[in-house]
Amino acid sequence: MISRRDFLQVSMAASALYGASGFGQWSRLAAQQALTQDQLLQFDDFGNVSLIHVTDIHAQLKPVYFREPEINFGVGENKGDVPHITGADFRRLYGIEDNSPSHYALTYDDFTALAKGYGRMGGLDRVATVINSIRAARPDALLLDGGDTWHGSYTCHHTAGQDMVNVMNALKPDAMTFHWEFTLGQERVREIVGGLPFAALGQNIFDAEWDEPAEDFAPYKFFERGGVKIAVIGQAFPYMPIANPGWMFPDYSFGIRDEHMQTMVDEVRGQGAELVVCLSHNGFDVDKKMAGVVTGIDVILSGHTHDALPEPVLVGETIVVASGSNGKFVSRVDLDVRDGRMMGFRHKLIPIFSDVIAPDRQVAAVIEEQRAPYIEQLSEVIGQSDGLLFRRGNFNGTWDDLICNALLSEREAEIALSPGVRWGPSVLPGQAITREDIWNVTSMSYPEAYRTEMTGEFLHVVMEDVADNIFNPDPYYQQGGDMVRVGGMGYRIDITKPQGERISEMTLLSTGEPIDPSRNYVVAGWASVNEGTEGPPIWDVVERHIRSAGTVTVTPNTSVEVVGA
Amino acid sequence: MNLTRRETLAAGGAALLATVLPMPSFASVEDLVAEFTGGAEMKSEGLELIAPEIAENGNTVPIEVSAPGATSIMVLATGNPTPPVATFNFGPLAADQAASTRIRLAKTQEVVAIAKLGDGSFARAAQTVKVTIGGCGG
Repeated sequence: MISRRDFLQVSMAASALYGASGFGQWSRLAAQQALTQDQLLQFDDFGNVSLIHVTDIHAQLKPVYFREPEINFGVGENKGDVPHITGADFRRLYGIEDNSPSHYALTYDDFTALAKGYGRMGGLDRVATVINSIRAARPDALLLDGGDTWHGSYTCHHTAGQDMVNVMNALKPDAMTFHWEFTLGQERVREIVGGLPFAALGQNIFDAEWDEPAEDFAPYKFFERGGVKIAVIGQAFPYMPIANPGWMFPDYSFGIRDEHMQTMVDEVRGQGAELVVCLSHNGFDVDKKMAGVVTGIDVILSGHTHDALPEPVLVGETIVVASGSNGKFVSRVDLDVRDGRMMGFRHKLIPIFSDVIAPDRQVAAVIEEQRAPYIEQLSEVIGQSDGLLFRRGNFNGTWDDLICNALLSEREAEIALSPGVRWGPSVLPGQAITREDIWNVTSMSYPEAYRTEMTGEFLHVVMEDVADNIFNPDPYYQQGGDMVRVGGMGYRIDITKPQGERISEMTLLSTGEPIDPSRNYVVAGWASVNEGTEGPPIWDVVERHIRSAGTVTVTPNTSVEVVGA
Repeated sequence: MNLTRRETLAAGGAALLATVLPMPSFASVEDLVAEFTGGAEMKSEGLELIAPEIAENGNTVPIEVSAPGATSIMVLATGNPTPPVATFNFGPLAADQAASTRIRLAKTQEVVAIAKLGDGSFARAAQTVKVTIGGCGG
């Protein structure tokens, strides 16, 4: 007699072998310049159900360069666990050869050199090709979108998400959950959701006034696929009104609500669900914790924190799948569901190498249709960069250093603050910076670049508050962004300390003097969650700065000292 | 029948009594607990406290307590200048021993609930609710 756990473990081993061999193989093939679409798509069909997961596309319709993080610390129980392993350590863990395509796709180092060799990744027309190929093998595969889809580009902003809705509809998803979508404002969200040809899910989207499930979003939806009764439960981003401006969607309340998740799982099991899938925008560490708290979820398709993992993580009898961001990856998960339970799985994180995977013509045409009215504005060259511009990482990226410099000079401030968001593709050294590139790292519905005064004491409170949103040892108290980016001020952070004790040695870089708690400092920033914030949109500030510089120079930022990692 | 909370509230069917304690503000949390329990041991089972991990608005934080068979449940906001929030008393005719309300939290703190159960024993549940200035989620 073999228990379900044994089955999963055997299957996990098989999957690990499979994943590793898949990655290893195309490493070698690529070295011989023979990476092909067939190899990327190769998958031995398994079991009777297929799930396709895309998440955190952030409106990137076209292929992009996207450098994965170098600094991505875990705290508490997650210290040293995936996804908090980067670079060479990550490659050793998964048996990825140096300089291989997987090295380029999944880790940060030698990014510029490898990017020149392997090209851009993503593009929803390439994603369509992958989805079509999976559907050719498994016509009733479920396509699930983890959200952060209708946000993040020039065209998405100017069409209030319509470009993404049109392109995603062409991919024919079966269900979706949400985060940045709500920053379009609740009226617009309801308008789009009302016309979606697929399910809009969120068991944790509540009516703010009555504190009961919101009527506009179903908690779950049943699908009958491969003879299996599947329940997909949605989990929207839990901290929407805290991390983003709640005044834009005052009718809704969120939260993790894991006790309600358990109720939903029990409810769908009671209705005969043989497979329970959670389509989540919790973030990876929150999903890992929730998998241990809520019983009865077979698969969590995890989004929000932008992690890409070549293998699922097993928590009890739940597998947690992380599928990256910006259209770089598609996850395929095949499941063997028999006798009302998940017996095993096979998984592949499919990297979307845009030069290798042929674009789907039909979806490519839809994409061009969305971009055509804006193509002149998108393609205007604003300047050049002599270094790599990237954002991802816990503390600073060169894109944000550039944005902070723009704020300091254009808004005549002593200190600049830039939000620790995880979206925003990279620009290679020597590459022209277009208006589209600037919008890809700044586009949002609350872009006002404010200029205000803050006391040194208040600045410290802000820094401590944000730091606790990342480094609180309990994942349920983390919001899933990175640390606020700071220009004009250096500091020291001990990530092991409690809130109030992490940040020290705050220093005004222009004078080298310690920040005086009682003095007022002129601070410029953007993306304030407060209603009524005033200032020019950040993309105009950055554009002016780059235009006047001509070529922007990136210098290494050494102003943050991190201890306790 | 499947009544939503909205319908239940609209029907005015809540059969419980809520008493806001007129406690002096200098009473410490320990004193309040000791007074409620008479110093008895408190177990961790038998009482459920549901509160958000991070408050969306510290001025109105929804919380829920339930303890099957309880005769009363006391709720304390330990970090407020006046910690007592409410004590819910359940009569013998109460359909269930659960209550929900909204509380104001001055800062990040532990919310504590203590229930006096049907057999006279006590149960305690607590959760940290973070009150944050908000910011930037990825």
